[in-house]
Amino acid sequence: MGRAVAQARAGLSSRTGWSAAALLPLAFLALFFAWPVLAIVNLGLREGGVLAAIAEGDTWELVGFTLGQALASTVVAVVAGMPLAFVLARCRIRGLGLVRAAVMVPFVLPTVVVGLAFRTFWPDGGVLPIVLANAFFNVAVVARTVGGLWAHTDRRAEDAARALGASRPRAFVSVVLPALAPAIGSAAAVVFLFCATSFGVVLVLGGSRYRTLETEIYLRTVELFDLSGAAALSLLQFAAVLAVLVLGALARRRRETALALRGREELARRPSGGEWYVVAAAFAVVVALLTPVVGLVTRSLSTRDGWSLAGYVALNTRGDRGTLAVTGIDAAVNSLRTAFDATLVALVVGVFSAVVLVGLRRSGARFAEVLDTALMLPLGVSAVTVGFGYLITMDALPGDFRTSPLLVPLAQALVVTPLIVRMVLPVLRAVDERLRQAAATLGASPARVWREVDLPLAGRSLAAAAGFGYVVALGEFGATSFLARPDAPTLPVVIARLMSRPGELNSQMAYAACALLMVVTVGCVLLIERLRVPSSGEF
Amino acid sequence: MALELDSITVRYGRTAAVSDVSLSVADGEVVALLGPSGCGKSTLLRTVAGLEKPSSGFVRWDSADLAGVPVHRREFGLVFQDGQLFPHRTVAGNVAFGLRMKKVERETRDKRVLSLLELVGLEGYADRRVTQLSGGEQQRVALARALAPSPRLVLLDEPLSALDRALREQLAVDLARLLREAATTALVVTHDHDEAFTLADRVAIMSRGRIVQVGPPAEVWSCPVDVETAKFLGCNKFVPGSFVGLDVERVGLRSTALRVDPDGLFEGTVLERVHRRDHVRLLVEIAGEEYEAVGPVSVGDRVRLAIDLDGVARVG
Repeated sequence: MGRAVAQARAGLSSRTGWSAAALLPLAFLALFFAWPVLAIVNLGLREGGVLAAIAEGDTWELVGFTLGQALASTVVAVVAGMPLAFVLARCRIRGLGLVRAAVMVPFVLPTVVVGLAFRTFWPDGGVLPIVLANAFFNVAVVARTVGGLWAHTDRRAEDAARALGASRPRAFVSVVLPALAPAIGSAAAVVFLFCATSFGVVLVLGGSRYRTLETEIYLRTVELFDLSGAAALSLLQFAAVLAVLVLGALARRRRETALALRGREELARRPSGGEWYVVAAAFAVVVALLTPVVGLVTRSLSTRDGWSLAGYVALNTRGDRGTLAVTGIDAAVNSLRTAFDATLVALVVGVFSAVVLVGLRRSGARFAEVLDTALMLPLGVSAVTVGFGYLITMDALPGDFRTSPLLVPLAQALVVTPLIVRMVLPVLRAVDERLRQAAATLGASPARVWREVDLPLAGRSLAAAAGFGYVVALGEFGATSFLARPDAPTLPVVIARLMSRPGELNSQMAYAACALLMVVTVGCVLLIERLRVPSSGEF
Repeated sequence: MALELDSITVRYGRTAAVSDVSLSVADGEVVALLGPSGCGKSTLLRTVAGLEKPSSGFVRWDSADLAGVPVHRREFGLVFQDGQLFPHRTVAGNVAFGLRMKKVERETRDKRVLSLLELVGLEGYADRRVTQLSGGEQQRVALARALAPSPRLVLLDEPLSALDRALREQLAVDLARLLREAATTALVVTHDHDEAFTLADRVAIMSRGRIVQVGPPAEVWSCPVDVETAKFLGCNKFVPGSFVGLDVERVGLRSTALRVDPDGLFEGTVLERVHRRDHVRLLVEIAGEEYEAVGPVSVGDRVRLAIDLDGVARVG
């Protein structure tokens, strides 16, 4: 009897241990995410702006446009992403590396860069480029998430349907599509979220004519100083995001059971017959994805007087008539350093959170779902809101945190952490429980098992996650545009400032900076591709 | 008495996977837990390892209760069905793992690793990646890894089941020699009676979560405790003892119990013949009943058959 109690306590103690460990990431989130955001919300509520804002007809138009463009972008991204998912998961053809890189690059390109790239084709912006640019970003999410599951679905079910007389399209619709549905749902939810809160592209391509909630929050805060209005809109956006996240969590849980069907990947094989049409479609998407990239580089080299490196040369200056407080090169160096700090913070918080999440799940704690969803929240909440929130709360921390050089890295880390968690978590979760038990019977303590088995097995994806996080931090624009001091801007901030000022040299310099940022990004992505554990991450 | 299981019950929710099992393993003894899949034998093994908590009952080692001793302090080696080698380490890295956990110094460790690789017949494999090994080689590495830290007890969970038949038989003989030579105390779980009888000093038959019979292989083979156990051990026909001239109530006949013999007591008609691995199996009709038999004859033949007592088991 006494022993049963002791055992129950032992099970409980591992659960309470993990739950206690979960408090650390939660505390990080509370301090650097919840507090600033709640401060904004409070600001909005106190001044009674929420009801007024909701009563305004304009607000609903804004909500309508935000959701409408997000929905359209999601549809485009899913339609364009499916052939890519098929090719990545099932085909063994030449140029697969190109496909993989072409899919990955847009997702990590800085939003400002993408905005400018699309402006080379649509100089005046508009709804179509906004939708296309948002889709351009998120094709990767669809291709990766769906492709990951597709590679793990048992091909024999499809073969069985074909043997029973189903045509290839029929087998796809009645066997493959239902199996992929959870991944498509989960990818669509994430894409919708990203598109609904997309900031950089909408600002660059929509200006003040086509506004979403996200850019409206920014414009109201920065240009109209309508804090209560901005806070009210943040609140509205937050509610919508939470709803989508809950749906996404449900889809994710279903997909985990689906994945258990087949642990190993199906072998890729050469496409045959009608499959070549799908391959052709995939390559058409790849061309479409590369076009803005090529356009941007071309634009950075061409001036009214023909081809020229003027923009690149100008990076060593402060722009036309001192548009900037520092030179482009200084901003680039500052960008690299800030992104490094942000990645370090995000890596520590993200890996710790992933370990705690897996530990919680293994000890069967319900708490895991709470932490999982909480960690995803910063992805969906307007980075602009977070940046603004930092400004009004961080002075309360010791030594006026607002002027600390850690401020920008912390804000960026908040954006990067969820991505790192999502990349590392599936790998850690895939570690065979019996492998860990084997280590335990050989004398490894629970902590030692993590060090000897889980972390080495996740090593490559950890490195990939770090590289990926670095690239995202490098391009982060929403929060950084709020928080970076004028004497220490990052490259995306500099680009936006250059574009907003007149002068041929300024815009030339902006395009050159974009091209530079893109080269760094693509370099990182290619490196990550080498490190990647095949299709085990989610993005 | 090295290992002692005292009235162990393991429940998953309401169903009991293991019910009130008591068993002991003496120092240097190899005991096999034999039973069909789902009988609870693997659960029992995992309970001994400390990977499952018994709902009631005691696991003791040299009379000391192990309830408060976590997996990694039990010093029990465990070999899984499919090896579960660490994919990120070499063969030597896998074998050295337990020694590193015991903080054995490098020089001693390397020596021990080499001698174990020699023991399992894998000299020269030290620096290979484990992902390049065949199934049989992986299982040998798994065994070497479990033995390296000189565990007090070795637990083997269906150690040969994942291998194909020829390799399995070869490895079973090697494994038996290995366990004997090292005077290892071991508990083996298996559903294959050949494997159990090759490896074990004593066999414990499990059925539906309980141990129904324990004894030396020959005794269990020739005198199964009940019809169910006899069926599991290959008996397919049950007749009164007088049928074969034995003074017992009931005997079980294996397929080799009846042999074609011109001087045999029984007469029957051959209904079917099937080629097996090392003999031809017949289905014959004797006095309106169907029996299995062995012998070189054709379908439709009238034959005489004699009893071979090696194929007969006393039941009960």
